[in-house]
Amino acid sequence: MENLINIFVKSVFIDNMVFAYFLGMCSYLAVSKTVKTSVGLGFAVVFVLTITVPVNYLIHNFLLKEGALVWLNESLADVNLSFLSFIMFIAVIASMVQLVEMIVEKFSPTLYASLGIFLPLIAVNCAILGGSLFMVEREYANIGEATVFGFGSGVGFLLAIAGIAAIREKIQYSNVPAPLRGLGITFIITGLMGIAFMSFMGIKL
Amino acid sequence: MSKDKEREPLFSAKNLKLLREPLGENNPITVQVLGICSALAVTVKLKPSVVMALSVVVVMAVSNVVVSLFRKTVPPRIRIIFQLVVIAMMVVLVDQVLKAFAFEVSKQLSVFVGLIITNCIIMGRLEAFALANKPWESLLDGIGNAAGYGLILIIVGFFREFLGSGTIFGYPVMEKLGVYNIGYENNGFMILPPMALITVGIIIWIQRSRNRDLVDKS
Repeated sequence: MENLINIFVKSVFIDNMVFAYFLGMCSYLAVSKTVKTSVGLGFAVVFVLTITVPVNYLIHNFLLKEGALVWLNESLADVNLSFLSFIMFIAVIASMVQLVEMIVEKFSPTLYASLGIFLPLIAVNCAILGGSLFMVEREYANIGEATVFGFGSGVGFLLAIAGIAAIREKIQYSNVPAPLRGLGITFIITGLMGIAFMSFMGIKL
Repeated sequence: MSKDKEREPLFSAKNLKLLREPLGENNPITVQVLGICSALAVTVKLKPSVVMALSVVVVMAVSNVVVSLFRKTVPPRIRIIFQLVVIAMMVVLVDQVLKAFAFEVSKQLSVFVGLIITNCIIMGRLEAFALANKPWESLLDGIGNAAGYGLILIIVGFFREFLGSGTIFGYPVMEKLGVYNIGYENNGFMILPPMALITVGIIIWIQRSRNRDLVDKS
């Protein structure tokens, strides 16, 4: 249990998807104009990450990893399919996003209407594929850890996008130099937020 | 295009514009806001920046041509999956080549080679350009945009390595100049991830103050 909490806190604050790895930057910059829409996108990302990371964990460990096919047949012990992982992961993500979209549309039309265009966009959000690739790189011990990591990364993204949206709503009242307005100042604010988040670095859990 | 119209030369003014515009006034990173994710994470040193830029040029040029060739046969409903498969295939190839011939750099780039798949710059240009244009124009558009992306990557990589580690391509420039003896210190801050964002912010600032047309109206 303690281990799971560690992974959660680490993935939310220390290894924050946006500030430490710049993942999901495109939608982070494009959708962060108002708090309401960005929170919607944030929750959609949490949702999809929590589903796709464990699914890809299973695929990686029981299909693609070197020697992963032993459960099928002893003679397959030295088969290594990990070069297929990009294609498999992106296929899982694209189909999961499609599935989530259909389920949400069927059972909660209000949520569907409020998420609207963001759901399909998530398929090409780098944070989602990045979650799966980092899961492979960090070699989590079991599916519980992988799920917590996926959930935590999603929460980290939600925090980041809600924060920048709130700041951007306020900054409209400030007198920013004209060439810096819009994109430029958003970059610099994100950098400053990243510096703040770096203060979590070095915390041993 | 009607048949009786004269064939355009391969490098007509219009085609050259496709190649040149993304380098400046229509840069994918600073103006179109595409492909930021990987642009920032790999720019600590110059070498991975250059490798990343080259990989994106290859992936983008080939997938633009492939998608453009199939633009009339693929039904619009499944085009996203089709594009993802084309891109993913190219990225797998690039990844395997890097692992075979440049293992050190491929380790440094870690997951970011894989993330070229979801690099919005590629999807964005496929959707916006390759689906509606002929293969040759798409090839030029792909190379132009990837080069514009690479240009920013290399500028950011240059400043971060030069100011952060005092080297260029691993060659200790600052040490050879002897500036350490007069009390110069490397700016360790430049190596940290947030400085990549601030560097790009400053590039945008400089570009927009030189070209007023790009300033946000809102």
